[in-house]
Amino acid sequence: MNRRAFLRTLGATIVRAGVFLGLSRAGAVGAAIEGAAPEEKPRYGMAIDIDRCIGCARCMEACKTENNVPQEPFYFRTWVERYVIKTDESLTVQNVGMEKYQIAEPINEWDILRSFFVPKLCNQCDHPPCTQVCPVGATFSTEEGVILIDSTRCIGCGYCIQACPYGARYLRPDTKTADKCTFCYHRITKGLLPACVEVCPTQARVFGELNTSASPLTRFKRMEMIHVLKPHLNTEPKVFYANLDGLVR
Amino acid sequence: MKSSLPKFPEQIGRLAIVAVLLFAALSWIWLVLPPSLKERSLQREAATEREQAKDLKYAGATICGACHVPEYNTKKTGYHRSLSCETCHGPARAHTHNPAKVKPEIPQSRNFCPLCHAYDPSRPLGFPQINPVAHNPMKPCVTCHNPHDPKPPQTPQSCAACHQSIMRAKAVSPHALLECTTCHVAPEEHRVDPLSTQVSKPSSREFCGQCHSKDSKIPGPPKIDLASHHEKYLCWQCHYPHMPTVYR
Amino acid sequence: MTHNEMFELLKQVTGHIYPNEIEMRWSILIVLYPYLTGLVAGAFILASLVEVFNVKEVQPTYRLALLTALSFLLVAPLPLLCHLGRPERAYEVLLTPNLTSAMAMFGFVYAWYLMVVLLLEIWFGYRKDLIVWAKQEKFPMKWIHRVISLFSTDISEEAVRFDHKAVKFITAIGIPSAFLLHGYVGFIFGSVKANPWWSSVLMPIVFLFSAIVSGIAMVLLLYMVIIPMRKEHIDMNCVDRIASFLFYAVIVDFSLELLDFIHRLYESEESIKILSALIINKLFISLVVIQVLLGMLVPLAVLVVIQLFSVEEELRRLLYFVTAILIQVGIFSVRWNVVIGGQMFSKSFLGLTTYKMELLGVEGLATALGLLILPFIILAVLMKIFPPWGAPGQVQEA
Repeated sequence: MNRRAFLRTLGATIVRAGVFLGLSRAGAVGAAIEGAAPEEKPRYGMAIDIDRCIGCARCMEACKTENNVPQEPFYFRTWVERYVIKTDESLTVQNVGMEKYQIAEPINEWDILRSFFVPKLCNQCDHPPCTQVCPVGATFSTEEGVILIDSTRCIGCGYCIQACPYGARYLRPDTKTADKCTFCYHRITKGLLPACVEVCPTQARVFGELNTSASPLTRFKRMEMIHVLKPHLNTEPKVFYANLDGLVR
Repeated sequence: MKSSLPKFPEQIGRLAIVAVLLFAALSWIWLVLPPSLKERSLQREAATEREQAKDLKYAGATICGACHVPEYNTKKTGYHRSLSCETCHGPARAHTHNPAKVKPEIPQSRNFCPLCHAYDPSRPLGFPQINPVAHNPMKPCVTCHNPHDPKPPQTPQSCAACHQSIMRAKAVSPHALLECTTCHVAPEEHRVDPLSTQVSKPSSREFCGQCHSKDSKIPGPPKIDLASHHEKYLCWQCHYPHMPTVYR
Repeated sequence: MTHNEMFELLKQVTGHIYPNEIEMRWSILIVLYPYLTGLVAGAFILASLVEVFNVKEVQPTYRLALLTALSFLLVAPLPLLCHLGRPERAYEVLLTPNLTSAMAMFGFVYAWYLMVVLLLEIWFGYRKDLIVWAKQEKFPMKWIHRVISLFSTDISEEAVRFDHKAVKFITAIGIPSAFLLHGYVGFIFGSVKANPWWSSVLMPIVFLFSAIVSGIAMVLLLYMVIIPMRKEHIDMNCVDRIASFLFYAVIVDFSLELLDFIHRLYESEESIKILSALIINKLFISLVVIQVLLGMLVPLAVLVVIQLFSVEEELRRLLYFVTAILIQVGIFSVRWNVVIGGQMFSKSFLGLTTYKMELLGVEGLATALGLLILPFIILAVLMKIFPPWGAPGQVQEA
């Protein structure tokens, strides 16, 4: 066999070996999916009925207790906003529980056209900008659709905090790493409810599985007109609001 | 292949040595590092497990009934049935592990119940609200209201108990002297179980016309010609009955 | 920031901000970083004018520009390290970078630019001189030069020609690399859809051209300061040529910023109200007065006058000097207005907050000033090791 033929055979063998290896790896993965299929994890979401929220802030307190969030009013995994639309069409928004720290003009009750409370938290987006921008991949989505932060790897650069359109993230002053609502992942994976849902006195917060026929969330999505915050940003949030006023940001 | 290759530049040779050394050092570092520093999936698995292992502070609503049977059953049928025990008593998981030594709070001061029940114009209509300063001053709430079955000692006679924002708006409006019952019929059960019964509302223009039509004999209220004044519409499609002043 | 300071800050909030927004995460150090890498990119572009575009007049500043770029590049990672919450974990960006994150590019782009572009170009550019000088020097400079030249000995014409070709080749690669080094920073901001002040297709381009402006102006400034310090004569041909390139760059930069402004006003999206309030209430001095008026319009006017009319040499030198300084201040305020301005309004579009810069502390003014001065110190050291004009020892005593 001359040199040219040898080289040709060698090259062909290498290509074939490569294709074989590649296919077998894919096949192995495929077999893993079909064969020993791991139990499919439920996907979770939260629903909030604005008409039920009384702005009592029990959820804010419970969350801080359950998740060891610093008590100072600069770090919140969940918070409640008060929206006041006056008859002159002006909008005033305040953060519940923070009124004593801020200088706000008092609201004359008889000028109010509409007023309501809006609980806010991490929307656990299905297309999250925060996981996209983390330089080290310290924040990630679990199979349940919950976004977690690996606080042993976070470098505290703050990019995720800038990228979140909802202001749901903050930097923990003690560990200097990013933190946010995790849907009380340590509770829901044990069959319990998130702390905020647990203590809400009017059941304004509803928690449950998506994509299941018999879940509080599915019922909510059937019976209510559903809104999400900032839909134009295409973050695909998994926190759904009913009776959300168009002025809510 | 021996041929007339140009002389290999000496500088490239030296740079190549440096490059090889650098590459070798970096490769060695990479190989020596443990997988936990390099494998993203391992790190995420570990992080997920760490998150799941975090300790719980709240026990959950159902577990209290295992020991506290009377309170739990009382609460099941009262107005507070949709509340968790921990809404008022705070985190209680430590208590479930050590019931004798660790006790949850029992809030009994007048500062606590108004967190939900103080009047606030942003609260939804129909939610029971009181003025914490004026409502039985100095008395702890639990004197009259059993927290596990908080029905008031007497059935509320005034609609303001739950509809305070409407009352307050009406009180400074031209309709201030009208009773709620002038326009609404509320069955007695509504005061006990509001969601079970509908309160009636007027359904025709003629109802408002009783006072406001030109033909009405009642002196005082402003009069309009019922037949021609925006005859396609019902009155309350423009005039908010609890604050019916017209202004620009 | 201490909690007491944050309580004070809460009182200065106007309107509504999300509660987590009270702490501004990106401080003056993050303003400094794009300023520094911008100078690197701009200085390199000036150097590339000589090697790739054969603009012979600016040859006197060629080596100075490279050394300037290196000085600023060496300092560039420091503000980032100081700002990280956990700087000891910074290596993770190199080990397990998240490929969807623009910020993760930093480690690799930086390493590439430092080693493959800048260090290599300086090495090839100086190699022959290092060998020649080392023959006549004493310890320690002799050994420093021998080590840096990797104990190379070949100074034949062929080898020197090879060096030249290498420099040309590296500069050609270096230009897009410089664009990448600074452009990715613009992309970091421009790709944040949550922030309408940042989110813009023009952001990387504006960053890049303001970088070119600041880099060229910096080399011009350094040349006009260092040459008199060495009691030598400023080459006015060189300086005039640099100024003309500066002029073109300023025109492009100004047009881009004007375009962004007009575009925003014309489209008038929802964020226009809060952004207008931001500019009028919080950024008026830093944006309208410093960035636009002093940093852009005045230099532009000066350069136009010099291009159109003949101005005598001494006045020209003074004008160039003042213009270069104004441009530095202006481009720094561009970075300030982007980074700090973008965090001074709430993502609820309903409120404004303030930036309280600490004086001391790892993210304070003192650190920022220190990091700003450090590159010049490094440049002084580099100029001793890699003298840009003539051999070491040829500097005339004062």
